[in-house]
Amino acid sequence: MTNSQETTQAQTNTDVATGVIERVTGPLVRVSGMAEAKLYEVVKVSEEKLLGEIIELHGDVAAIQVYEETAGIGPGDVVYRTGRTMSVALAPGLLESIYDGVQRPLHKIEAAAGNCFIKRGIEAEAIDMLKMWKFTPVVKVGDTVVAGDVLGEVQETSVIVHKIMVPPTEGGTVVSIESGEFKVTDTIATLKRADDTVASVEMLQYWPIRQPRPKAKKIFPNEPLRTGGRSIDTFFPIAKGGAGCIPGPFGAGKTVTQQGIAKYCDAEIIVYIGCGERGNEMTEVLSEFPHLIDPNTGEPLMKRTILIANTSNMPVAAREASVYTGITIAEYYRDMGYNVALMADSTSRWAEAMREISGRLEEMPGEEGYPAYLSSRTAEFYERAGMVKTLGSEGRTGSLTVIGAVSPPGGDLSEPVSQATLRVTKTFWSLDSDLAYKKHFPSINWLTSYSLYAPNFEEFWAREIAPDFSEVRKIALTLLEKESSLLEIVRLVGMESLSNSDKLVLKVAGMIREDFLFQNAFDADDAYTPLANQYSLLKSLVTFYELGKDVVTKEEFDFKTFAEIPTIAEFQAIKGNLKATPEDYQSYQERISTDISALA
Amino acid sequence: MSQKEYTDISSIAGPLLVVEGVEGVKYDELVEVNVPGEKAPRFGKVLDIAKDKAVVQMFAPTSGMTAAGTRARFKGETLKLGVSEDMLGRVFNGAGEVADNGPELVPEQRLDISGEPINPYSREFPDDFIQTGISSIDVMNTLVRGQKLPIFSGAGLPHARLAAQIARQASVKDGGDFAIVFATLGVSFEEAEYFRREFEEAGALERSVLFINTAADPVVERISTPRMALTTAEYLAFEKGMHVLVILTDMTNYCEALREVSAARKEVPGRRGYPGYLYTDLSTLYERAGRVKGKSGTITQIPILTMPDDDKTHPVPDLTGYITEGQFVVSRELYQKGVFPPVDVQGSLSRLWSAGVGEGKTRADHSSLKDQLFASYATGREVRELAVVLGEASLDDTDRAHLKFATAFEAEFVGQGEYENRSVDESLDIGWKLLSLLPRASLKRVKADLIKKHMPAVTNEEEA
Repeated sequence: MTNSQETTQAQTNTDVATGVIERVTGPLVRVSGMAEAKLYEVVKVSEEKLLGEIIELHGDVAAIQVYEETAGIGPGDVVYRTGRTMSVALAPGLLESIYDGVQRPLHKIEAAAGNCFIKRGIEAEAIDMLKMWKFTPVVKVGDTVVAGDVLGEVQETSVIVHKIMVPPTEGGTVVSIESGEFKVTDTIATLKRADDTVASVEMLQYWPIRQPRPKAKKIFPNEPLRTGGRSIDTFFPIAKGGAGCIPGPFGAGKTVTQQGIAKYCDAEIIVYIGCGERGNEMTEVLSEFPHLIDPNTGEPLMKRTILIANTSNMPVAAREASVYTGITIAEYYRDMGYNVALMADSTSRWAEAMREISGRLEEMPGEEGYPAYLSSRTAEFYERAGMVKTLGSEGRTGSLTVIGAVSPPGGDLSEPVSQATLRVTKTFWSLDSDLAYKKHFPSINWLTSYSLYAPNFEEFWAREIAPDFSEVRKIALTLLEKESSLLEIVRLVGMESLSNSDKLVLKVAGMIREDFLFQNAFDADDAYTPLANQYSLLKSLVTFYELGKDVVTKEEFDFKTFAEIPTIAEFQAIKGNLKATPEDYQSYQERISTDISALA
Repeated sequence: MSQKEYTDISSIAGPLLVVEGVEGVKYDELVEVNVPGEKAPRFGKVLDIAKDKAVVQMFAPTSGMTAAGTRARFKGETLKLGVSEDMLGRVFNGAGEVADNGPELVPEQRLDISGEPINPYSREFPDDFIQTGISSIDVMNTLVRGQKLPIFSGAGLPHARLAAQIARQASVKDGGDFAIVFATLGVSFEEAEYFRREFEEAGALERSVLFINTAADPVVERISTPRMALTTAEYLAFEKGMHVLVILTDMTNYCEALREVSAARKEVPGRRGYPGYLYTDLSTLYERAGRVKGKSGTITQIPILTMPDDDKTHPVPDLTGYITEGQFVVSRELYQKGVFPPVDVQGSLSRLWSAGVGEGKTRADHSSLKDQLFASYATGREVRELAVVLGEASLDDTDRAHLKFATAFEAEFVGQGEYENRSVDESLDIGWKLLSLLPRASLKRVKADLIKKHMPAVTNEEEA
């Protein structure tokens, strides 16, 4: 276990030249003279000081993955050890940042490079070390604090208060603490430990990325993350603190779905990792988020967002690190007691980076060339999600929801990355290329997707939304299932052969598909539907079915007259009316009832 | 920089050369190989360097090389291409050498052909509508300047004619023609010649740079050809402020060349024998497109690939689709029906369409019209399938209208012909005209005021 004392001290270590390069193959470098190095230690390769990390040790030879392009590096070049393990800097100033996979701010890389290309060997501090922050203590001299306790607060952005916590390995009596303007490296408090030594606490802390941050305990997630997506929230919800995955072939809408969740979900902090994906997608987020308003706070979305962008053409080893960089930052905000949502797009690219490094290490491959540890690494990653009681005497509750996109080759879910992910995630949004082909978006297939969290939310739904929420949801799901088997019959023998009650199922299920599940992510009004409205809309559709089923089965009933009742045509209008109150829906449902009884 | 020559070559296998006893050699370094009895050197690069043993991947074929007498000189720099504005109007071979009997080029700069990744922070989101004059692209799958949008085709399909039509007709609102950087990778002489002649006839040759690697040229050369093309494009776009359209054909051949090298290195293969890093490798080509802050030029990329057996899940189209911003799919079905250009409207996708359409770019009604056309065409095609099984007699009036719509859509909207260049206004109006074949009640995606404004008066809804 790394303790903070070691980490802080290690940060200031001067680099020692110890190793000599023996071999270079792509991003993998073998170095001799590294007998004293430790696993996952950060090194700087050659006089260009390229950032790397030790991933294997054999005697005095270390295998190093280099986070930058290795052209021009060769045997005989030196390698510098830094003494610290691969860590992220945690302090006020993280929010609104855009980092590469190893937490270098991209704007600083741009400034240092002087043009639009990523030059290598650029060193950039993750956090602005000179910026002054107004620190307000919440404890006073003489108080006893333990690891995880909040010492004071900093208003990081207009929506987020950054809590400065006692590092996970510290604790003691507060000797000094002051309010005022501080840099992140200034001492804001000193503590006297139990053994009478003194610890000084800065706002800036470091944490190794491959090690989960400690918590008091995990608790059972029983509250849904609300995303405004109708198909997600109502049918296939994910818990705050849950783990979900979105596998799908290209063009099925993984990124649009993830971005939709990042935009509208009711988490307080969003960490968005663009892992081996398109450069323009990150640019889109960057250009859009500062202007989009968070429906939950009324402030620009960027104020709660941290972006990690390691696009597909950026060095592959840094892609491997990017998901860990992101999740460690996310855990840090979780520890403050926030609900954090992390999107990783796409974890398949992360797995491919692992495969590439593994191949160069000449490890024995598992399935499809992926390393044998693919599934354990995947499980470890998703297990860092969760709702937790944090360290500290007050025991805050925080959550970290992890949503990973998976890009299965050819959309075939039997491949190793999808399978490893499905085993450890509980919400599965199955994106369907047929639906995407028909331009039905989000292309979440309602027959194959599932949420194992849904039963946990029944109490929440009944309490917060409506007593019959679960029931309405179940009826709707049943209708959709019936529809799919009826459509098989229609394809064979035609519509005419169906009974009126089957026609009713098709009619209502069709409306659920087209008017409820279909959601236009590019239409600002349609993209976000509050959970209460989702319920009312679905309840109205289910009402058509529940009341209609007795009427249409009457003898000699002409189904056409049902399809023509005015309230069916009105559905679009009430759905489009964002200001519709529960009373409006109530009266709409009453009119449905009137219309249908008029048919009888 | 030491430029020692080494003669201890321990193995020559496929495109790989192993040189022993080397000193001070760096990864990715350029290697000049002199074969006894040959004047011109062959080139390669360092792929793996362990102590005193270097594995060199040749860009030229290794045929005729001898282990004895062949000398390898390590150049101390990576492979570079001399670029200048005078490249416009010129033809080069796949190794970047002049191939049109013209004078040698005087390079203004020498650039590393691998390029550097564009900083996502420095990018600007592409949002300038490109009018290709093709309705199925402009209205349904809008292309924007700085996008990378491949053409997915199959053997025997007219992707070359489609790409040539796009190159001929592409224009943007603020005027100005595209400079075209065009590279062939292992295609037939006829196909390469077809493009050259098309550019010539359209008067586009003097604003084009051509890199020609045909099927007869060395396979390994194909790995550097697209990089040379893109290096030229980056120079023209970001140094000279031009809007550049890059066409690469055929990327499937490129991937096969990569597979050949990977197999020679005895790497653990991924799917279908392609190397596990195919995705990463392709991204280092496709991501060299876009717009960046503070530069007036842009790079729009249209790579062409043929899907073996029209299979979209084959690794080449699959991994391409995961990197590019959509795809144009050439439809065999439409081509057989005689529709040109045979763009599979539903299978195609432009991820950046929303940035390029609407008021001030195309027209305010574009987005909803597009949604409606997609929805109606999808319904029409479903009805068509149903009619095959159950017979047309089983269809109701609405179904029949959709069937008629789908047929008219393919014939008039998609099938505009090879030499018709439609303005986006014309394309949109044709869309509205076709929608008038459908009953009003089934038009759920367009609002009533738009219908009033754009739908031509002649409708058959009264009879419906």
